[in-house]
Amino acid sequence: MSTLMKRSILLSIWLVSIFLASLPVCGHAAENSFAKKTDFKDNRTIVIEFAGAVDEEWATSPANFKVNEKQNPDVLLPVEKVELSPDKKTVLIRFGEDIDLRAAHVVSMTPVSSEGKNMGPAILDVKKSYFGYLFSILIGAMLINNYVFTKYLGLCVFIGTSRKKDTAVGMGITFTIVMVVSAMISWFLYQYVLKPYRLDYLQVVVFIGLVSLTVQAVDTVLRKVNPALFKAFGVYLVLVIANCVIIAVPLTLASNEYNAFESFMLALGAGGGFLLALFLMSASRERLELANVPPTFRGLPIAFVATGLFALAFMGFSGMAIF
Amino acid sequence: MAATKKTNSELLFNGILLENPIFRLALSMCPAVGLTTSIKNGLLLGTAVLFVQVFSSCTIAAIKNFIHPRIRIPTYTLTIATWVTVIDLVLAAYVPEAYKQVGLFVKLIVAFAIITMRLEMFACKNTVTSSFFDGVGMGIGFMVGMVTIGFVRELLGAGTLLGYDVLGFKPLLFFVLPAAGFFCVGIMMAMFNYIEVVFNRSKERKS
Repeated sequence: MSTLMKRSILLSIWLVSIFLASLPVCGHAAENSFAKKTDFKDNRTIVIEFAGAVDEEWATSPANFKVNEKQNPDVLLPVEKVELSPDKKTVLIRFGEDIDLRAAHVVSMTPVSSEGKNMGPAILDVKKSYFGYLFSILIGAMLINNYVFTKYLGLCVFIGTSRKKDTAVGMGITFTIVMVVSAMISWFLYQYVLKPYRLDYLQVVVFIGLVSLTVQAVDTVLRKVNPALFKAFGVYLVLVIANCVIIAVPLTLASNEYNAFESFMLALGAGGGFLLALFLMSASRERLELANVPPTFRGLPIAFVATGLFALAFMGFSGMAIF
Repeated sequence: MAATKKTNSELLFNGILLENPIFRLALSMCPAVGLTTSIKNGLLLGTAVLFVQVFSSCTIAAIKNFIHPRIRIPTYTLTIATWVTVIDLVLAAYVPEAYKQVGLFVKLIVAFAIITMRLEMFACKNTVTSSFFDGVGMGIGFMVGMVTIGFVRELLGAGTLLGYDVLGFKPLLFFVLPAAGFFCVGIMMAMFNYIEVVFNRSKERKS
């Protein structure tokens, strides 16, 4: 059983890395050689780094900077103020309202003046790499918004199958596979059937039906194709339907309007996060079996208290931003 | 098919106390942990669950003879999903403010183990009337559980009840924190166990 698990874990890692390698990795381009680097700092700030010191008078006047989204060149974003760092090489452009970090932005500047010299006008692209954005969705679903510890979903299965490490890992892997498959199908169905025909209100019925179908399909295929794997993971398949996460993820995808890549990453993150939670919990519950627990707390109550401690620990991830 | 011999009031009582879904059967823990920061949330979701449980129990009890045993689980799931859609749309239309807070969980009722379990264990073997009372009992039992946890957490965490300030100060802010839901449920389960232990001990002493 353990070699099978190792093999399937390796296989899934390979699949993910191939998928990631196939994504276009975007960078940023600066058209003026004097400007070195551009980046978003937070929701309201753009940072521009210059090769040398620029003049304060020029740099701190908001009129010298025009910012717009690449898709809508006519809509200028309101620049509230511009700050210059003490070494005069970095400029922070602050905005009055939140900007969309996913979109590419263009900063056009009047001729840059540096120590009295004119370095010429500059038009700069600012964008996040799409790869980084996808990665942040994955990590977000896995750690920052872990479905078990910070969204409290899937607890029945979580408590039920976290008694032994073997069971926990088996359940986690089965769940991740079913999760990814059913989330992708339901994303497709929502975007291309439910939405165009205005059948949004059938979400729940369609998604839960899809999940049952996926489970049934995985069951049948696995039984014929790989009986050994079926023996190891087959028992967990039925439990997958009773897990709220499996229906929560398609609903999240539908309400957030994610595209195919983003949906894949969210589903993978949700599955991986569930696997992580199950593994952590089963490891600590194996210890709890041996511990001297008061009789009234034995079994479920102490498991809940332990989960609470994990949840507190996972709160430490909240507010973390990657890329 | 062994129909139950319990009377209707026994069925009601059974769901509320002896087989309380949250504290005794330990099913549907997700909303019990995630949504119980206030009594209001508990009441709203409890109502939704009561509605879905009663109606799907009755539906399955009424059509139980037409369901092929092999497809009974998908049938249950789709029945529940239909009633969940109904209550979801109703709540979104009539109480939009409160719905915003519990929105996702109302849709998730479809995956709650308690409802499927009652259909499988009870409704597919019994008449419509007894299924109705079983459904009402389970629904109210769920609501009682949610409201009890909500009561403790709202009182200790925010010092209010149903939004009204009763204490005037906030004793333990920790209890409205999300993670405290787990502690609260765990400790309350332990309390129920303790009551059971004491009850059994006094029974033994009498005999």
